[in-house]
Amino acid sequence: MATDAYTAKEADVIHPETALGISNPKLGMWVFIGSECLFFGAMISTYLLYVGRTQDGPTPVSIFDIPFTSVSTFILLMSSLAMVLALAAVQAGDMRRFRIWILATALLGATFLSGQFYEFTIFVAEGMKVETSPFTSSFYMLTSFHGLHVAIGVLMLVALWATSMGGRIGPQNSEVVENIGLYWHFVDIVWILIFTVIYLIPVG
Amino acid sequence: MRGRPRWGIAWLALLLVAGCASAGDGALPQNALDPAGPVARIQDRLWDLVFPVAVVVFILVQGLIIVAVVKFRDRGEDRPPRQIAGNTRLEVMWTIIPALILVGIAVPTIATIFQLAGPPADDALTVRVIGKQYWWQFEYLNAGPGEPIRTASELHIPIDREVFIELEGRPGETEDVVDVIHSFWVPRLAGKQDYVPGHIRTMRIQADEPGTYQGQCAEFCGLSHADMRFAVIAHEPADFDAWLATQRAPAGEPTSGLLRQGEQLFSQQQCFTCHTLDGHPDNANARTGPALTHFAERQKFAGYTYDRTDENLRQWVSNPQSLKLGAQMPPYGTGVALSDQELDALVAYLQSLD
Amino acid sequence: MTAIADPTKAVARRPFFARPTATTGPWSWFTTVDHKKIGILYGVTAFTFFIVGGLEALLIRSQLVRPNGTILDENLYNQIFTMHGLTMIFFAVMPLSAAFFNYLLPLMIGARDVAFPRLNAFSYWVFLAAGLFLYSSILFEGMPDGGWFNYAPLNIIGPDPLSLAGAGPQIHQARMLYYSMGLQIAGIASLASAVNFIVTILNMRAPGMTLMRMPVFVWMTFVTSFLLLFAMPVIGIALWQLMLSVRWEVPFFDATNGGDPVLWQHMFWLFGHPEVYILILPAFGIVSEILPTFARKPIFGYAAMVFSGIAIGFMGWGVWAHHMFTVGLGPVANTAFALTTMFIAVPTGVKIFNWIGTLWGGQLRFKTPMLFGIGLVAMFTIGGLSGVTHAVVPHDTQQQDTYYVVAHFHYVLFGGAIMGLFGGVYYWWPKIFGWMLDDRLGKVHFWTMLVGFNLTFGPMHILGLNGMPRRIYRYDAGMGWDLWNLVSTVGAFLIAASILVFMRNVASSRRQKVPAGNDPWDARTVEWMTSSPPPPHNFDEVPVITSRDELWHRKYAGDDGEKVPVPAGASQDHGEHGGHEGHGIHMPDPSYFPLIVAAGMPIAAYGTFYEGPGMVILLAIGGAITLFGIFGWVLEPTAE
Repeated sequence: MATDAYTAKEADVIHPETALGISNPKLGMWVFIGSECLFFGAMISTYLLYVGRTQDGPTPVSIFDIPFTSVSTFILLMSSLAMVLALAAVQAGDMRRFRIWILATALLGATFLSGQFYEFTIFVAEGMKVETSPFTSSFYMLTSFHGLHVAIGVLMLVALWATSMGGRIGPQNSEVVENIGLYWHFVDIVWILIFTVIYLIPVG
Repeated sequence: MRGRPRWGIAWLALLLVAGCASAGDGALPQNALDPAGPVARIQDRLWDLVFPVAVVVFILVQGLIIVAVVKFRDRGEDRPPRQIAGNTRLEVMWTIIPALILVGIAVPTIATIFQLAGPPADDALTVRVIGKQYWWQFEYLNAGPGEPIRTASELHIPIDREVFIELEGRPGETEDVVDVIHSFWVPRLAGKQDYVPGHIRTMRIQADEPGTYQGQCAEFCGLSHADMRFAVIAHEPADFDAWLATQRAPAGEPTSGLLRQGEQLFSQQQCFTCHTLDGHPDNANARTGPALTHFAERQKFAGYTYDRTDENLRQWVSNPQSLKLGAQMPPYGTGVALSDQELDALVAYLQSLD
Repeated sequence: MTAIADPTKAVARRPFFARPTATTGPWSWFTTVDHKKIGILYGVTAFTFFIVGGLEALLIRSQLVRPNGTILDENLYNQIFTMHGLTMIFFAVMPLSAAFFNYLLPLMIGARDVAFPRLNAFSYWVFLAAGLFLYSSILFEGMPDGGWFNYAPLNIIGPDPLSLAGAGPQIHQARMLYYSMGLQIAGIASLASAVNFIVTILNMRAPGMTLMRMPVFVWMTFVTSFLLLFAMPVIGIALWQLMLSVRWEVPFFDATNGGDPVLWQHMFWLFGHPEVYILILPAFGIVSEILPTFARKPIFGYAAMVFSGIAIGFMGWGVWAHHMFTVGLGPVANTAFALTTMFIAVPTGVKIFNWIGTLWGGQLRFKTPMLFGIGLVAMFTIGGLSGVTHAVVPHDTQQQDTYYVVAHFHYVLFGGAIMGLFGGVYYWWPKIFGWMLDDRLGKVHFWTMLVGFNLTFGPMHILGLNGMPRRIYRYDAGMGWDLWNLVSTVGAFLIAASILVFMRNVASSRRQKVPAGNDPWDARTVEWMTSSPPPPHNFDEVPVITSRDELWHRKYAGDDGEKVPVPAGASQDHGEHGGHEGHGIHMPDPSYFPLIVAAGMPIAAYGTFYEGPGMVILLAIGGAITLFGIFGWVLEPTAE
């Protein structure tokens, strides 16, 4: 049952003091993001190594549609804004506003994903398959893993929305929103890096 | 307890001495501690520098442990010992001194790295080496006019002359099919260099004395990695020139009925699909398998693994997998392709190709 | 850290799949989130894999005992040596270290558990799933056979591309999928553990325990966790690239289509070198606890021990291409890596000297843990020295890919890590189980192992320099290698005998059950303040820390060095049910979901072997199980 205000529930566990002053889940999310930097770093490095190896196939200049991808990028950036607004709402206790913005974040993320999916179908139709060349392989691997991260993020956002509908999110446990927001912003930052390194620099 | 660490040390020292003593023994054909050419000698000189340093450090550290263990063993005191937490001066010393020792090792190391990385000598003999699963192909790129001489498994070289090795792994630069990473290693002449698909790598070898120097592939390459061996056979210059001359001759004509039968079988069984016999009318210059033009001059076959006896050959042609698992040659034995008598003829023919 | 308060209201239990409550009994082992039980699970499982890896080693040594051995053919030998490496590294040494991290970390920092208890349990179950998945290959197409390092292009092309030898492309692809998926799943376990331990160390230390008052073992856990955190993603990417290459002909490493096989090596060793520090730093930490206790003085140069560990953690990222000196990176790259490799010997040397300094001036009591500790110092020195000789690049071209390298890494991994880990086993066994292992049998174990180990690996230095390459299933007579191979095999069986002594020790000591008491060794750190074994909540009262070696300072607080009796940290009559009786401590409840999430992964992994409907179904089932587990886990509160 949806409620606008938050009611304290038994599910809330009082967190003990921590030596660093931030909670275990929040610190855990930061640490996890540290490993994700290496995860994406390894893929970006592979891409940079292989970007010139186009093997008679499509090249970045010939295949990328910068205007289209720019719109996608803008949409993902806006989703981060929506995330910030959602966090502000839950911290203020305005659950209705929270639910609007968290759903908006999820929808914008899903729109970004559909844009990616659409873009890939165009590429494949134009002869850019995963196995065409090392350039295409590393491109698809990097962007697909990023897309997977966005998809997992969207799932988490929808789950947040659903949990909120059950009246179990409020200012006192808003930190779970903050942690998921942290993940979401990270995924966005990775995309900015990808967009710059992969799309803008070669074509520019 | 007191005496035992000493036994351990004494025993280790014995091992070291035995190991060093066994160097220089002719019964160690791939002994890196017994260089037989300038490249291996230059590399060995660095070992002569660093090994004694390591021994000294070893004796120092193990000695300190032994002394501590003896001197400070518990004698049933009531009170604990002085709770010394450290000694900054000592700790700084044993940080800086090892660093300085390492600098001492680093300088000659770097100098040698660059010394061995130069271009080939003007009069170097250039050999293109291709590693395949599971044998080595050698092509003499500048040994005279005409097509490069191409052999397998036994690399003949002249003494006292630099042999510049090109490990050609770039698919566009060679007709050969490039497979996996191998490593070309003939320890008494030089340290190893990997054969890397997609790249060209170079190294040099040189022998001081005539003789046979054994080597083998040193990068795990699959089922028969252990049997991907080769030999470098060094000659006096005149003998080497004579060998080159024999290589330029075409494959020998059969001189008997049995040999003629063998020759015909060689064609009929599609051996020319993979093997080359220079000068033969059916020759297609195939490079999938070793060139067999002068097969019978070789000491061993199947990647310098088996003696070139009739029996070994018969088994090999019959069923290569029974001698070398993963060899990329189909079986030709009884029930598959050839009768026993036909096998005899074919083997006889191969043994006549000197 | 204070106790978690009880919830104010009772929660209605889930109507379906009710949350488990038992913390004792056989089933509780499947649902436990108690770090101590998880540590024991890790230890037992890792030891089992160690035995399996040891049997593989005995097979290898039996095949190589004489020239042209006939015990294993090429096909089997290559699988066995591959699995020996994978097993020892990923399923024996790493999880043995994890066993100690799990059991000891909260106790040593005065915490009641790790930051994420269910994630901790999940790490264990995923590790087990990975090991079972990898070994299930025996039942199907056979085990991976490309070496634990599995270089490209061999990992793509396979050993038998023409299918003449029974190891053709179909079989090869399957073996590579076991490798790729098995290690990926294992990697998830390590990554989860790393996050857990880093957060635990940063956030959950007892009041007064500043970072520079933590035991050295905790510091080594900390550095190791960062190495795991950053290294596992890199191998993860490499394994994905391998899977895509093998399964769908994606040209990451295909030289005939623009790919570069050397990329695999870079990615593998970028992971692989930090990995070896992951393997040794825990043992360094263990020895840094054992030596002070049995020398009755503090670790010599605590700050240097901490900072050298951190330095090794950083510098370890800059040496990876010393595994690639013969690949042909060029003189400049080789020079750079030669230098970084030489200089990482400096912080390592500092540790050796500091350990000797710990012994010096002490009152050395030669109990079994101490013997193993000194053994590590002595044997690791040898391995470290041969490592420095590897940095001499022109001579490394003779050493690389020979038995000289095998000697080096076994001296550091067996003489170092394994000795240290066994030392830890003997040292903390009384704390974990409450009874002592027999010290005399322990000494027999140690000496037999030390002699056997040196007989096995000492001669390998000579074999390598005499020209014997690695990873060969046989060698000819007349190479001059016969004697030392024979000696090495004898040594290997001696090692096996020593393990039997250890197992006998466990069995007979268990029958005797000589009680340990809280502090049988007169130790220095706070885990010895609580009972043996500790209660589920670790400490009745979390200790307030005022210095390093807190327990020692409490015991020997008197000015004249007289020993002061210190009240035990936990009462002797602790209950079996989470310490409810009067303590007000509610530990996190057990949970099914870590096991469920872990179980879905190998099922999904099997899906990659198939095409079409088979693949979809397996991926769907595995994915569904994992997702169901994740949802259940997330919706389930920490404690009910």
